[in-house]
Order: sequence, then C-alpha cells, then structure tokens
Amino acid sequence: MSGQGPQDRGFGWGRFLIIAMPLAWLVLFFAAPFLFVIKISLSQAAQQRPPYEPVFDLSQGWDAFVARLGELSLSSYWSLLDDTLYIDSYIGSLKLAGLATILGLVVAYPLALSMARAPRAWRPALIALAIAPFWTSFLIRVYAWITILKDEGLLNHALLSLGVISEPLHIFATDWAVLIGIVYSYMPFLILPIYNAIDRQDPSLVEAARDLGATASQAFWKVTLPLSLPGVMAGALLLFIPAVGEFVVPDLLGGSDTLMIGRTLWNEFFANRDWPVASAVAIVMLVLLLIPLALYERNETKSMEPRR
Amino acid sequence: MAPSLIRIDGVTKRFGTTLAVDNVSLEIQTGEFFALLGPSGCGKTTLMRLIAGFETPDSGSIFIDGVDMAGVPPNRRPVNMMFQSYALFPHMSVARNIGFGLRQAGHGVPGLGKTDIEARVRDLLRLVQMEGLGGRRPEQLSGGQRQRVALARALARRPRLLLLDEPLAALDRKLREETQFELMQVQRELGVSFVIVTHDQDEAMAMAQRIAVMRSGTIEQLGSARDLYEAPVSKFVARFIGDINLFDVRMTRGADGEPMIVSTAPQFSCRGIADTTMSGEDVTIAVRPERVKMSKDKSALPAVCDVTFAGEIVDSAYLGDTQVWRIKADGGALVRVSASNSGAGTETFERGHRVHLGFDRSAMQVLTR
Amino acid sequence: MNRGLRPAHVAVLVLGFAFLYVPIALVVLYSFNASRLVTVWGGFSLRWYGSLLDNQQVVDSAWISLQVALISASASTVLGTLAAIVLSRFGRFRGRLAFTSLIYAPLVMPEVIMGLSLLLLFVAFDVDRGFWTLTLAHTTFGMCFVAIVVQARLAGFDRSLEEAAMDLGASPVATFFQITLPLIAPSVIAGFLLAFTISLDDFVIASFTTGPGATTLPMRIYSQVRLGVTPEINAISTLMIGTVVLLVATGLLISRGFRRQPV
Repeated sequence: MSGQGPQDRGFGWGRFLIIAMPLAWLVLFFAAPFLFVIKISLSQAAQQRPPYEPVFDLSQGWDAFVARLGELSLSSYWSLLDDTLYIDSYIGSLKLAGLATILGLVVAYPLALSMARAPRAWRPALIALAIAPFWTSFLIRVYAWITILKDEGLLNHALLSLGVISEPLHIFATDWAVLIGIVYSYMPFLILPIYNAIDRQDPSLVEAARDLGATASQAFWKVTLPLSLPGVMAGALLLFIPAVGEFVVPDLLGGSDTLMIGRTLWNEFFANRDWPVASAVAIVMLVLLLIPLALYERNETKSMEPRR
Repeated sequence: MAPSLIRIDGVTKRFGTTLAVDNVSLEIQTGEFFALLGPSGCGKTTLMRLIAGFETPDSGSIFIDGVDMAGVPPNRRPVNMMFQSYALFPHMSVARNIGFGLRQAGHGVPGLGKTDIEARVRDLLRLVQMEGLGGRRPEQLSGGQRQRVALARALARRPRLLLLDEPLAALDRKLREETQFELMQVQRELGVSFVIVTHDQDEAMAMAQRIAVMRSGTIEQLGSARDLYEAPVSKFVARFIGDINLFDVRMTRGADGEPMIVSTAPQFSCRGIADTTMSGEDVTIAVRPERVKMSKDKSALPAVCDVTFAGEIVDSAYLGDTQVWRIKADGGALVRVSASNSGAGTETFERGHRVHLGFDRSAMQVLTR
Repeated sequence: MNRGLRPAHVAVLVLGFAFLYVPIALVVLYSFNASRLVTVWGGFSLRWYGSLLDNQQVVDSAWISLQVALISASASTVLGTLAAIVLSRFGRFRGRLAFTSLIYAPLVMPEVIMGLSLLLLFVAFDVDRGFWTLTLAHTTFGMCFVAIVVQARLAGFDRSLEEAAMDLGASPVATFFQITLPLIAPSVIAGFLLAFTISLDDFVIASFTTGPGATTLPMRIYSQVRLGVTPEINAISTLMIGTVVLLVATGLLISRGFRRQPV
C-alpha cells in the first residue's frame, strides 16, 4: 500500500523547495562545472591570468563575444594524439583499474562470504571492522604502504631476516605497488555490497540445493555466487570508476613509468600549467567512463525506484 | 432525520491499473459501531485510508459532518485512527504518546494548557485501565497493553469517528474476546462512532451494529449481523459469513404453474419458494448447517421439512459446544450439518452411518449470484 | 541458519582483517618509535609528537582542515538529509531520474575531474580561491554521502508512525521534527561524521579548489611525504586517526542518548 509520508501531502511549494535546494546545489556545483571544462578544453593555453584564451565576457559587446566563439578549437584534443604519453596513460589507467578490480574481488569476495556466514551476534562488529578503515585517512593508508613496500621497508626487512628471500623485492615504485595500494584503499567499497548481496539471500535456497543433492561447494557455485552477482557488480564499479582517475596512489607508490591518467592530468594542470589540455584529458576520461558510469547509475537508480 | 456523520459518495480509487475502490457510496451515523468486512484486497483498507485522509479519491466525495473533505489533510480531519501495528512512538513514554495529539496546534483543539493535558491523559489511562503506567515506554509493554495505549491515544482528541484497523488481529483468542467487550463498552460510553476494518467475520458480527461486506472494491451487502447471516444476497456473502450449504438448483414451474425448484444432486424438489426469477433459470439455494435436520430414521425428521434426501456421514468434528458433520448425499453433494451439544438429541451419529437430511422452506435463501 | 563457522571461514576473516588493519597499526606503532628508521625500533618515544606541535605550519593547516570539515559537514548534513527525504518519500516526480543520478555520480566520479571542474567554475566567475571555495567543494560531495546514509535509514522507517502523527493533528513539518528526525537521528549523525571525515581527509579536490592561506592538513602531509618518509607523518596520522575514533565514539554515545531519552 502506498504510504504517504509527511512531505507527500505538504504544500506544493514546500515540496518544491525541498527538491529544489539540493538539486540546485548539485546542478550548480557538480553538473554545470562540466560545461566549463568543455569550454576550456576548446581553448588554448596563454601566458595570462587565467592561463587560457579566449576569455569570454560581454564587456566588449556581443559581436566580440561571437568572434571569440570562433577562436575555440579542438587543438587540445588533437594534441592528445601527438604524444603517446596520453594514450599510454589512458590504457595504463584502464589496465591498472581493471586488474585492481579483479584482484580486489578475489580478496574481498571470500571475506564478504565469511562475514555473511558468521553468527548473527558477530555481524555488527564485523561490519564495523570492514567499514572502519574507510574512516581513517586515505592518505595515511597509502602512506602506510610506502613504509611497508620500500626496498628497505618492513616487508623486505621481515622476509630477509626470515631468510625467505636473499635480495629485497623491488615492489615499491612499480605497478604492483599501485595495484596493492588501490585494492587496499577501496576494500570497504568492495566488501560491503558483496556482503549485502549474500546476506540478503534466503538461506533456505542453499538448504534446498543441499537437500536436492548438491555438495556445499556446488551449492555455492550454482546458487550463492550467481545470486550475489549484482553486489559484485556494484562493488566492482565502486572501485573501477574512481580508480581510473586515481592520483594519490600512483603518485606515491608508483614509479616514473607508472602511467595513469589522473596523474597525467595533474601534471598537465599543475606542472605544465596547460589548462586546456588538462581539460581535454578530463573530458576524454569522462567519455571513457560513460559506459561504466551508466551501468553504475542504472544499478543504483533501479534500487531507488519508488514503491508507488 | 439527523444528517449522517460520514457520507461517502461515489468514491473511486485506483492504484496504477488496480481498481481498489469502485464507486462506493455509504453512510455512517453518529454513535454507530460499524464494520468494513472482507477478504484482503477487497478495498476495505483503502476505503478506511480515504476516510482518514491518507489517500485522495480519484472521483467522488467524502463528507464528514456535512463538510466536504476534499483537500483536507489527515491532520485536520475530525477522524482518528488506531493502527494495526499500533504505531506507538518508540521514543516517547505512554503518557507522552497519549498526549501527543493534544499538544499539536490543530484543528478544533483549542490550546490546552499543560495541566489540562495531564488531566486528560490521566482520564484516558483510567478509561483503558492503564493507570500508573504512564511512565512506561512502548517496548516495555505487552501486546494487549500497547493496544490500549493506541486506543487511548486515538481517543485523546475526542474525534467524531474512530477508525480501527484490524484491532484484534494481533491478540490471542482469550484476549480477543475480552477486548471485544471492552471496545464495545468504550464506544457506548463515549458515543464516538467506531468503524472497524477487518477480515474476521466473528469480530465484525460480535461488535458491529452494521456491517458492510466488501469484495473487489464494492460493497456486496450492507446490513446487521443478522441480516447478513440469515439473508445473504450472494454466494460470496453467504460463504464469507459463517458456514453454508449451497445447492445449485433450477427454477421451473410445476404442473399447476406454481414456482418450484429442482435439484439434481442431491435430488429433491420444493414448491412454494417465493421468487422473482424466471423459469428455467439456474439459481443457488443457501441453507445454514444448523437448519438441516438429521436422523437415521426418515420418519423421525420433523414434519415441516419440505426437502428431504439421504446420504452417508463421511466426517465429523466435535467442537465442544457444537458438533459438525459432513454428509455425502446420494447424488454426490457434500452437505454440512451442525447441531449444538445441548444434550437434547437422542441419536448418535458416526462415520459411515446412513442418514436422512431435511430442511424446511424458511431455511432456504434463494441466491441469484 | 548457521551451521557454525567453518575453520576456513575463520581463517579468511582473520587474514582479511589483518590485511586491512596491519598497515594502519604499523603507522600508529612507528609514530612512537624513537628511531627515525622503520627497520630499527629505538624504543618508545613521544618526540615526534613534540616536534609536530612546534611545527606551526602543520598546526595551522590542521586548524584550517578542522574548520572546513565542520562547516562543510554541517551544510552537507542539511542538504543531504533534504535529498534523502526526496529520494525516499517523494515518489515519482518529473526529473527524479536526474535528481538520483546527480546524487550518486559524485560518489564515484574521479576526484581529479571534480576538482578541475570546480576550479574552472570559480575561475570563470572570477572568484578568489581559498577557504570558502574549498568549503563549498566539500559540501558538494559531502551531501551525497549524507544522502545515501540517511536515505537507507528512511527507507526502513516505519511510515505508520508518521501517519499516526499526522492523524493526531501534526502537520507534515511538525511530524518531521517531532517523530521522524528524532528516530533517524543516529543516521543523521553518522552522515555528519562521514562527511566530516571525508572532508578532513580530502587531498585532491582541496588541491584544486583551495587558495593561498588555506592549506589543508592533507596537503601539508602530502608535500612532506613527497620529500621523504618521516615519523612526524606517522605522528600526525595517529593524531588524525585518534580524532576520528574520538568523533565516532562521541557520535555513538549521542545516538545512544537519543534512544534512551526519557521524554
């Protein structure tokens, strides 16, 4: 039955205001800015403040404004093709984000499964444990891995003194360190959706499978896993999409040859002061992420469907 | 004649493609104990919510005390509701719950001072026999106690009409009976109109003065418990209220032109049934189980029986105060017979016994739908 | 149904959570290491905390970060709660899909893109970057986190409580403040804390949207880390972790208090 909450029957304008305030904010400060990114990406770098031209203003009349429109060009986009740096960065990002997603799922799924099979009494504590790292600083957590993975870091120190290896493992400043860093940082985002998906399953489904002759392992592969896939998808997207544009992890844990597009954008913007190219990089990144973003949005908005 | 308290006029409500309430018109009087009875999905809950103001009709109007309720939100209607789940506010004590409505600057409730509110809350606690428990929190109360608090809370604003949503559903049988009488007593004392919404016909019959039996969004029949039981207008109502025997028969005219009914399974015929139907039409005869007389000896059946046939007992159930049998009549139909165990009967009946059944004209209700 | 936890499950839990927590524990541990080197334990010492307090830049940036976090989290909580109400109570309306998309997108959008776009917005309108642009930026993505936390609670909220309140004479607004809000308060607080920590912790967006004079703590830490690993960073990390733990504990206590309130 459709229940009407307090705001359903409020005054028309009251309801309008409640929708309008957050909506206006987000349109203004999240959506609209993308228009500026597009506009800058069509401009050229210049030695002035702001460091691009054309700069639009109506102070010199409408005709000047229209004339300036003609100065927009796609040159920034073409320059992305000039230097293999950009293409390599995009590929590098997609590759590392993809690998991190797979690796992350391999680590997170068993953990989420074990959480879902744990006694009810343990659950609040387990969920808190899974979320808690998220509350500690992202930066700190990445930093922690520096001290662990360095050639003279804790990991090598431990392995060397145990005699497991004779030479330090060169992990720091390689793609592997970045992989570990990304997987580690996004763990809570992976664990929770998978846990929820498994926890929500009717336990009698597995029991029915067992009753019909399946072994525990078969019951898992044929019943539990397939039904948990929406959660897996949700977690995977929650890692993949932001990881493509990740900056901190590759910058702190990666080497100079670790090419990720977030880092490239940063350098382009802060080091080279080339705002138009940085903007073009951003737009192309956004385009690359359109399909994952659409999948993500569809997943989330479907669960948000109002029940009448 | 005084105008009705509630007048529902041609109200229709749709949810998507489902027609929940279909052109319903109904009047409820002041001080009446009324029931909306029907199976789940019949529209009774929707109708209740329309009266309370939680839904708006797609067409039609609802008048309370002569005032059209279109556009009037629930917090401004002189109607209060006791929710099926009680909906007690968990973060407030019993006293705060009951006084909640009195603290709202609302329609028709002049600003009550703090002492007035406290006094009224105390009165209400007394009314529902919960004195001294004002400081408790809902989680500390039993189911029955929670219901009393819900009732007290709903009565605090002295509404003209109280809607009760499945009031006895959550209670066990003994508590149910006690509560039935208490509700009726409170209603009489206060003179408030009560409308209960329920799927339980025992509840409705025990408490309500008038009952509207609903089905698929419309009112099948409106009447007192006796009207519904003894003179149902359709098979649905006959089956829904109490137990019933239904015989499919055909209307014909006898050799002398008199209307008569003919049944093939079991085989019998009967004259003199008052009817308005055409000859040749198939109708249903409804007979309550307690109106069917049973005997192993045909001649022992009361002489007034206009219809008799024979059969074999296939099942019996002892219910303490009554006993119920199922008889497979010759010709195939299953007939239910019940009798009270008052000790008056001399025969004993058991599975396998051959018996003769009979009932008289007055026990038969002709149903055309 | 729990047929008991298999040893394999327990092992996975232990290993998994160890993986998550050992790095953090190491950071905290080594903040007390008298020796500068990570491979040598020089005994327990608070010297790094001492030198931190002498470092005026660090203290200033910590103060800036706290202020930004407090203000932006407060604004995020208000806007996010409003958004949550829309998502869970308003049924269908024109533009609902756009609204929902706008709430969910910032949660996954790469920070470099969000930071860049906001900066370009500020530049286009010739707004000086600094404390307030930073706060504005943090409010923007903070509200999305608050929205999903509060929305989850509202979705499971017993609507008949709100209906009962309205039935008893409370206007929709009165119902919200007397019934709904007190009962969802723990979630609202959790949302606030979440927005607060995310703001405190943010590096990338802050780098784009802040200006001279409003350098945040993560930015300081970051520039320090680029120069090299020093235990002072451990010390400040431990302090940040401690602050968040304190906040969460306080939040939990307040939530408990809401439920016990002898109204």
